[in-house]
Amino acid sequence: MPHSTVTDAVVPSSPAEEDSVLPDAPLQALDYVKADENKTERGDSMSKAPYADIKVEDLFNDGDDEDNDEFLSSAAVEAKLESSPPAAPLPLAPLANFTDPEVMLAFYQRLFPFRYLFQWLNHSMKPSNDFGHREFAFTLQNDAYLRYQSFPTGDLLRKDILRLNPSRFEIGPVYTANPRDRKTLRKSTAFRPIAKELVFDIDLTDYDEIRTCCDKANICHKCWSFITMAIKVVDTALREDFGFEHIMWVYSGRRGAHAWISDRRARDMDDQKRKALAGYLELIKGGAQSGKKVNVKRPLHPHLARSLDILKDHFQRDILEDQDPWAEPEKAERLLQLLPDKALNDALRKKWDSAPGRSSTSKWADIDAVAKSGASKTVDGKALLEAKQDIVLEYTYPRLDVEVSKKQIHLLKSPFVIHPKTGRVCVPIDTRRLAKFDPLDVPTVTELLGEIDEYDGRGLREEGEGKSTQDYEKTSLKPFVEYFRTYVAGLLRDEKGIKREREDDDAMEF
Amino acid sequence: MIRQDYNRIDPKRRSRLDHKKKQFAIPTYKQQDYPHRLNLYETPPTAEITLEQFEQWAIDRLRILAELEACSFRNKTPPETAAHITPLLQKWLPLHSNSSSSAGAQDEALKLERQKDHYSHFILRLAFSSTEDLRRRFARIEAALFKLRFQFDDARERQAFVESLQLDWEVVAEEEKRTLAADLVNATPGLRKQEVEDGGWFKVDFETVPELVETRRVFLKRGKAYVPVREQMSMVLAGFNERLDKGLQLAARALPRLDEDDRLTPILNHLSKNFATPDSTLSDSDSAIPGAPINAASIDALSQHFPLCMRNLHMNLRKNSHLKHFGRLQYTLFLKGIGLTLEDCLIFWRQAFKLITDDTFNKEYRYNVRHAYGDVGGDATRRGRGYSPFSCQKILTEHPPGSGESHGCPYRHFSGDNLTTLLQTTGINDRDVLKGVKEDVEKKRYHIACNRVFDFTHAAEIKKAKDEGSWSAGDNETLVHPNTYFKKSFMLANGAKLGRTDEMEM
Repeated sequence: MPHSTVTDAVVPSSPAEEDSVLPDAPLQALDYVKADENKTERGDSMSKAPYADIKVEDLFNDGDDEDNDEFLSSAAVEAKLESSPPAAPLPLAPLANFTDPEVMLAFYQRLFPFRYLFQWLNHSMKPSNDFGHREFAFTLQNDAYLRYQSFPTGDLLRKDILRLNPSRFEIGPVYTANPRDRKTLRKSTAFRPIAKELVFDIDLTDYDEIRTCCDKANICHKCWSFITMAIKVVDTALREDFGFEHIMWVYSGRRGAHAWISDRRARDMDDQKRKALAGYLELIKGGAQSGKKVNVKRPLHPHLARSLDILKDHFQRDILEDQDPWAEPEKAERLLQLLPDKALNDALRKKWDSAPGRSSTSKWADIDAVAKSGASKTVDGKALLEAKQDIVLEYTYPRLDVEVSKKQIHLLKSPFVIHPKTGRVCVPIDTRRLAKFDPLDVPTVTELLGEIDEYDGRGLREEGEGKSTQDYEKTSLKPFVEYFRTYVAGLLRDEKGIKREREDDDAMEF
Repeated sequence: MIRQDYNRIDPKRRSRLDHKKKQFAIPTYKQQDYPHRLNLYETPPTAEITLEQFEQWAIDRLRILAELEACSFRNKTPPETAAHITPLLQKWLPLHSNSSSSAGAQDEALKLERQKDHYSHFILRLAFSSTEDLRRRFARIEAALFKLRFQFDDARERQAFVESLQLDWEVVAEEEKRTLAADLVNATPGLRKQEVEDGGWFKVDFETVPELVETRRVFLKRGKAYVPVREQMSMVLAGFNERLDKGLQLAARALPRLDEDDRLTPILNHLSKNFATPDSTLSDSDSAIPGAPINAASIDALSQHFPLCMRNLHMNLRKNSHLKHFGRLQYTLFLKGIGLTLEDCLIFWRQAFKLITDDTFNKEYRYNVRHAYGDVGGDATRRGRGYSPFSCQKILTEHPPGSGESHGCPYRHFSGDNLTTLLQTTGINDRDVLKGVKEDVEKKRYHIACNRVFDFTHAAEIKKAKDEGSWSAGDNETLVHPNTYFKKSFMLANGAKLGRTDEMEM
């Protein structure tokens, strides 16, 4: 396998997208082409879908507008002609760039868990309107955006995705009628959304004013802890307060996470109820200019009290130590703005000015120390404590993009698609092992395709021994797909119970 | 496949469900005796009334609804609204409680009042069921009226009314109440510990009390909301809304089949037309100024005439070369309102977003601007000319700005200090004005604050206009729309030479 030759040949793609360059991503295009040859002969274990007749040549039919067309086709020809010599001279070869449509196609073909996706959205094994009347929206490779796509079954969705090879796709609501027929309906009111998973979107850009480690689209482990905290708080509230059980968190591929809640009760909520729920969870309001952003009434609502409890430790560790948000004097001024007592602030300012370089942890401790020392005669212990609680909340409480949650018709990127800028797969996050989730360790599409080849290359295939190994099982995507499968199975089990109940009810009526 | 069989109607029963047969079935008249003052309007009226009554009752109710809507547009607080509406209600649509008469609910005068209330509601329901927009407005105001009456109802009678509704509420057991006492106190503001222990509590699905959930004023546990008796209004209101929405849907479907000669239809049409409120929509003559040089290049210069919300957006746009979604929407619609053409507007945004490429602009922003102008999107026959520019009401109440966003109303959404700073950067340093603004904002009178700033910045011009006699009485009105702010400011600065002509023609 020509791994060794190509791995070092990585060339940064366009300079405008530094964040999309993954220097450690091995280049796999050639390998998977070969692997695919094997595969077509062997027949696909995953499904009987009609892509088995796709020829290698077809895979390399010239894209219409890709910049690196030339590389692509020439390299492909080379690959086909000289399949064995490992030292085949490869020019530049930015082939395995994950934006490469061929890489995308291979991913959909071999790794994307269409079957579970279907079951997840359909809430049953048997195709129903929950899936058939569901809107999908595709972003094609040329950035055209196709809305109102719908499919009777998961296989047909798969077929169309393989045909169109979208760079990403999104999931919308279930409508009263098939979205493809919407224009044939006599009255436009006959076409309206009736159900969708309740969704939440958390994005690190909303934390830009409080995170010090990165900004914009960049993330690191330090700021990922914001997302970890947010997931904990929102997940707990959804389960304990609202009684939802089927909650799936998905890494958005770059700098955030999505939640999908599939309980029937959540799916059936209309916009007003969604808005109410979003309002319940939203705490940090106010634009860039609105000063103190958390002003909650006392006593704290049980949801906030519990959240504060969850967040306290994170505040100490992830905010004060890791983010160190008030290290510089200008930034410390922001902290002082949030405190209620003027005399205390003056005392603190004096103290911090005389000892520059104090860490946020010390500054936070100083507040109480100075207050106790009696530097201010007006200080009100209760007001100070409440202000401190508000600060903790302002720096840790989830910042949701609530607009996403408020509307049934909002489209949200599907789990398991590839993020177009990072090449990472939007994998589900196992909340039982939330702290262990590392967004920078999430496999990229190129890595995954490499893993398949490596596995196949090792010749571990036990032919003829019953079930053949599915492609995802050969890769680091395996735990994620398995988590998804278990999650969907749980949902289906509960859904079955509900359906049976309903049928019993109906039966009794007649 | 098996399921379908359940849905299929048993052939023997089909005749009973045949709508044609149902339509001509003898209607079962239900004599209503109105035991309660309030009414959820579930049963349509069936007795005969004269055509005059039909029209008169509807008009009387319409008056009340129009006033109520006007109150909400003026951002009046509930007590202010109540004070304003109560005398009007007495005059046009009185509705007394049982205790007001010695005969109680049997009193004929009371029955007549309740009948009028009942019938007028259903007449208007018919009149306003034709379009989605009318339906929504009607439902909103009827709900406000119901809420108002519910609040001022006699406590005992209200309780009797609520009990008569037979809503699906589960009473919280004493023991559970005791274990959850602390949470209940903390979750329900304004309730003393004693009240928690003594008062009754209901357990309902959280979906029935969205209002309480949204504002975090109720304790939630595993999907159930624990509601104190006091908050039952919110639940009754939810029930009222739900029934009204359904009723309106039904009425809309029945409307085309109204088996009617030409006596009622003209009255109904007339009624629904008269429901247009003056300040909810902005007519072109209110905003655009014919002959004014408004194009992409002149926005910077014109921005001195913008109200603070738009100036803030403009300054932020210039500072960051970017605005977030709602900021773009609010600003684009405002610019559309002042008469900037779509082409100029696209040029304006393209130039303003300096840091992005043409490609990104075309891909991510162009569509939204065109959409706001009604150039693309949705059904071509319905979209009209896109959205109307936002009124103050809308800016104040919808979509409060989140982090990094700069739309909204600075008077409402800025902290006091930041508002002062912003005002100072726009050249307002007068201590009295700043103090006045601060007081207005504290009283939540954002309009007054904005108008105060307008009056201050235009003091000289207003005086001049008054001296010249071109200042008409109507010009004293409070500004409630950013576009009228702009127009008034622009007209004052440029004298009467522009624009006045079109008013002459009208």
